[in-house]
Amino acid sequence: MRLIADCFFLLGALFIFLGALGLIRMPDVYNRIQAGTKAVTLGAMAIFIGLFILFPQWGAKLFIIMGFMLLTNPVSSSAIARSFYRSGIKVWHHPSKQPQEDNKQ
Amino acid sequence: MNKRISPPYILTFFICLLLWLLLTGTFNREDLLTGLVVSALVAYISAKNLLILNGLIIAPYSLLALINYLGYFLWALLKSNIDLAQRVVAKEIPIDPAMIKVKTTMQSDLGKLILANSITLTPGTLSVDVTDDFLLVHWIDCPDGTSIEQATQAIAEDFEYYLKGFLK
Repeated sequence: MRLIADCFFLLGALFIFLGALGLIRMPDVYNRIQAGTKAVTLGAMAIFIGLFILFPQWGAKLFIIMGFMLLTNPVSSSAIARSFYRSGIKVWHHPSKQPQEDNKQ
Repeated sequence: MNKRISPPYILTFFICLLLWLLLTGTFNREDLLTGLVVSALVAYISAKNLLILNGLIIAPYSLLALINYLGYFLWALLKSNIDLAQRVVAKEIPIDPAMIKVKTTMQSDLGKLILANSITLTPGTLSVDVTDDFLLVHWIDCPDGTSIEQATQAIAEDFEYYLKGFLK
């Protein structure tokens, strides 16, 4: 039991680490938000699943926390991205390519 | 009570009650009674600001659709993380990002919200803005010259198929 829980903790920590690495390596703010949101959401969920295996009596509360994280995490990252977009931050394009036209009218 | 706005009242009441039961974890008479009173009070005060809940379709099959959607969504979340991990550890990050528009056929605000959330958590896409029927999406690896139709097909269509089961 302890071992399975530890595996989940390790997986969660790994995903969060990769998210942090993405935050450093990505070239612009939108890509960084992408790296941050996804990795942290899944990493935290893996840690909560590990906790659930160790302490099944906390199940209901952990379940609620997971639900709120799934709902609020993408909303907040969208809000940040939106405010950056509104304040005129340009999207990074690959330097070897012609800047492609965004398909908005 | 106005008949037109009664569904949010009932829904808010039941969501509050469910949260209360999950958090207290007991079925004592006192706890249950307190929960009922507080849920009713919260529903009475706040439900008129929660008209967004009108987007839910309340029917027996919608619960099944919700579970179906959750399964698909969690699978997409896992895929997006593996995809991201591969990109992050690559020596030269293989990305070609662009801002694109995606057309949605979801009618209600709640439907658009959940769709935008789902898009944010799936491989390589981040929803940035919503205007009427269009979502502005940042796509981390956009093929050259993608039209709105192609982008919609690639990003939103699968989720809409699953969401239509329980959202307008």
